[in-house]
Amino acid sequence: MVHFKLPRWFHQLGSPKWFYQFAGLLQPWLALISLVLLFWGIMWGLLYAPADYQQGNSFRIIYVHVPTAILSQSIFMMLAVAGAIGLIWKIKMAFIVARACVPIGASMTVIALLTGAIWGKPTWGTFWQWDARLTSTLVLLFLYLGILALYQAISDRQIAARATAILSLVGLVNLPVIKYSVDWWHTIHQPATFTLTQKPNMPAEMYLPLIVMMSGIYALFVLLLLLRTRNEILAQEGRSGWLTKLLQEGHA
Amino acid sequence: MLKYYLCLVRRDLLLVMRQPAAVFNPLVFFVLVVSLFPLGVTPQASQLSQLAAGVIWVAALLSTLLSLDLIFRSDYDDGSLEQLLLGSQPSWLLAMAKVTAHWLVSGLPLVILAPIVSSMLFMPYHALPGMLLALLLGTPTLSLFGAVGAALMTGVKDGGILLSLLVLPWYIPVLIFGASAVQAASSGMPMNAQLALLGALLIFALMVTPAATVAALRVGQMQG
Repeated sequence: MVHFKLPRWFHQLGSPKWFYQFAGLLQPWLALISLVLLFWGIMWGLLYAPADYQQGNSFRIIYVHVPTAILSQSIFMMLAVAGAIGLIWKIKMAFIVARACVPIGASMTVIALLTGAIWGKPTWGTFWQWDARLTSTLVLLFLYLGILALYQAISDRQIAARATAILSLVGLVNLPVIKYSVDWWHTIHQPATFTLTQKPNMPAEMYLPLIVMMSGIYALFVLLLLLRTRNEILAQEGRSGWLTKLLQEGHA
Repeated sequence: MLKYYLCLVRRDLLLVMRQPAAVFNPLVFFVLVVSLFPLGVTPQASQLSQLAAGVIWVAALLSTLLSLDLIFRSDYDDGSLEQLLLGSQPSWLLAMAKVTAHWLVSGLPLVILAPIVSSMLFMPYHALPGMLLALLLGTPTLSLFGAVGAALMTGVKDGGILLSLLVLPWYIPVLIFGASAVQAASSGMPMNAQLALLGALLIFALMVTPAATVAALRVGQMQG
């Protein structure tokens, strides 16, 4: 039998107090990193990357559309996993983090859909098409909105967290459908540019800014997540000893 | 285990027979919604027959949504749900029994009414067997996913609209493949692919939803 000791930081992350303070330390650095990466990515992508031979300059919206679309799915995955961790191991912080990610994920989905529509008009001639990827991303948005609605409907935070965890786990089936929809169906949306196994079929001057933008948006997501999680901790743990002491000392 | 299951199904069917309105109202709604389309869109047979597949499926979805509340509501209100959950038999059997009873009083009547509503919308007769088969494969999935939603709503007051909001995204794949199957049957094309996918959705629902329903019921029990 293998004896495996979980590292100390793993347990520490599960404590609202420790998480609150650690997140407070990380926040300024994350703000700096995401600002730098996003600024660099946007400048590079919008100004310096070469124009596409077919689409001209309208392809540049890829630098917003692709990162937000990838994030919208990753956040849902994270949401479902956090909910599962909370349900199985009964870790309160997992539920708090799950609750914090929902509005961020929903906003990313909206941005992805809107930027996709804006991109579609010059390239496909239409803002919208009921093809597999667009429809399943819209369904993802409905799932996010349903989760938000369920949080509002149940007043007890702990119970709301458990109920939405179940909801997000059942909705998780939509994610493979979105990701692989462009492979499984003939759809107007182009297939994936990046795969783990093959070289991307875009020249380096075009996909490098995309990588910078993705890192920047992920950093932004982590920043927003930490901000919102700290907020949720304040809302949920407001009466606890450590927090009232911290607020009285003016350190929060 | 089988005896417990059959006993629960029988109990639910008996209870529902005492308030037949709970069964008939969604079915009347189904027929009413279908009749709205010739009145509101066009009475012409040629155009209606093109809409028929989708309209019937959407009406079936909406009517199933209306009937979802009766799965757990009365048992939750009088406390018998709590007793059943605390009992020695596995709770997923309870979920399966409830879903079976629900399907028998809501999904199966929809299949039986399908020939009537499809002739209202001038759907070609040769598509009828395909429609019945698609509905037979699709409506149990609707009941299964609907049970998860109904279970989540047990602790929530006035959860009617919220139930629809939560359950409809899960219904969308069934709608897409079901309507596509009937469209294919109407134009004389093979519908094996769509039926296979409907079957796959049913199997997936059978695997995943009982556990989710039970978890949701237990969450509902935590509330007031």
